[in-house]
Amino acid sequence: MEIFQYEFLKNAIAATVLVNIACGIVGTYVVIKKIVFISGGISHAAFGGIGLGYLLGVNPIITAVPFSLFSALAVGLISKRSKLSEDAAIGIIWAVGMALGIIFINLTPGYAPDLFSYLFGNILTIPVSDLYIMLAMNLIIILIVALFFKEFNAMSFDEEFSTVVGIPNRVLYLVLLCMVALCVVILIRIVGIILVIALLTIPSSICRQFTYNIKKLIISSIVVGIILTLTGLWISYLLDLASGATIIIILAVVFLFSFFIKKAFILAKQLKNKKFV
Amino acid sequence: MKNDTIVDFKNIFFYYGEEPVLENISFSIKRNDFIAIMGPNGGGKTTLLKIMLGLLKPYKGTVKVFDKEPAEGRKLIGYLPQNVFFDLSFPINVFDTVIMGRYRGPVKKYSEKDKKSALDALGTVGMLEYQKRHISMLSAGQLQRVLIARAITREPELLLLDEPMASVDPGTQESIYELFVELNKSMAVVFVTHDIGAISIYIDRVFCLNRKLFYHGPKEGSLGKLKEAYNCPVEILAHGIPHRVLERHKK
Repeated sequence: MEIFQYEFLKNAIAATVLVNIACGIVGTYVVIKKIVFISGGISHAAFGGIGLGYLLGVNPIITAVPFSLFSALAVGLISKRSKLSEDAAIGIIWAVGMALGIIFINLTPGYAPDLFSYLFGNILTIPVSDLYIMLAMNLIIILIVALFFKEFNAMSFDEEFSTVVGIPNRVLYLVLLCMVALCVVILIRIVGIILVIALLTIPSSICRQFTYNIKKLIISSIVVGIILTLTGLWISYLLDLASGATIIIILAVVFLFSFFIKKAFILAKQLKNKKFV
Repeated sequence: MKNDTIVDFKNIFFYYGEEPVLENISFSIKRNDFIAIMGPNGGGKTTLLKIMLGLLKPYKGTVKVFDKEPAEGRKLIGYLPQNVFFDLSFPINVFDTVIMGRYRGPVKKYSEKDKKSALDALGTVGMLEYQKRHISMLSAGQLQRVLIARAITREPELLLLDEPMASVDPGTQESIYELFVELNKSMAVVFVTHDIGAISIYIDRVFCLNRKLFYHGPKEGSLGKLKEAYNCPVEILAHGIPHRVLERHKK
């Protein structure tokens, strides 16, 4: 196929693989621990970091890292320590981060190039330097989850019980939110801030219908994510559509299908059982 | 045994915001006690357990668990949380749920001994054959047994159970009771319930908790004989109903 001759496509494919490794791991915990909305807040707050990058004249991805880590910690600490409810904390951080981003960009002299690519993503314009940032963050995420796999699972399942057996839940929860933040930064280039949450939640949501094993869930989410992202990329090329949005529509369609397949599966099983009764 | 007090509450107060939840609670639990803590919803039962576990800090008063601070002493406690809060679709099977109780520290893998202990605990609660099953495929009573197995696989000296009979049908309640009686031979058992019917003849002592604690000791009209006399579960506590068997709370 002719499209594979281009250098930028090789980068896009490398980015797809890297992004989906991070998403498969972190997204699994986002889905099973039900922190989708928190992750949405963190991802939008990252826009403040993007704006800061423009203002300082550095790669916005670099400024987005500390910014989203900070907002992750802020959401985690505010919601657990204060009387403020978690969703109110998320809403505030979400809006304040975006507002800061807009102000930073306002303050930046001249006009902001590629701003759209941070909002809506563009997998085809990823520079090699961003690939290295992605690789480094992936390694961090893999290392953390490999070391504390047991703890993350226990915390996600039953916070109270795991505290009683001596798992430092508070710290782990903040670490998890920080991993979400790293993941968000990785994802910004691919699908953009506004659509980050889809890649973080849909592959794991598809896969969790078919497995009850967290390891298998992580691995299958990675594989499904890679396949569907590449499919979306290919279709966006064929139809000349925005890559980020196309990828998400593909993910959503497959999710819908998987949902009905699962339903049909259950129905078939029930019918079969009835025959024997 | 001289010092067989394992839990000691002295003048505990607890508030949620301005709202008093526990007022001046003092009691102690002894080795091999079998205690029911009863009270209406919102009466502070779960709060009391959480203070015992060091999950909540009392506003005033002192708590000792195995002569230590609760966060330290809870290593010897097996805990069954209220299971209404569980996400049953969580991807975990019975065995992995139970072995969680063997957690001893970061990075360490579960040893063969841990695995054996988890299987033994599943055997004790009669759920061994379900070890590979996903938790959503269990009945409420079965799930309760699995969570009890998770609590006892720590080899605790005190078993704390938060509403163990909730959402369990009466027949299963009876068999869970029998399990507690069996477990009570090797550890103290304390459970909380809002369900008067859940109190049975096996209990040594009943604490009635509604912000304040009222205590019904073992000598109040030996409970066992009541059941013999009526040959059916007897309403032994009579908060506000005419048929009074236990003594009235002293104000």
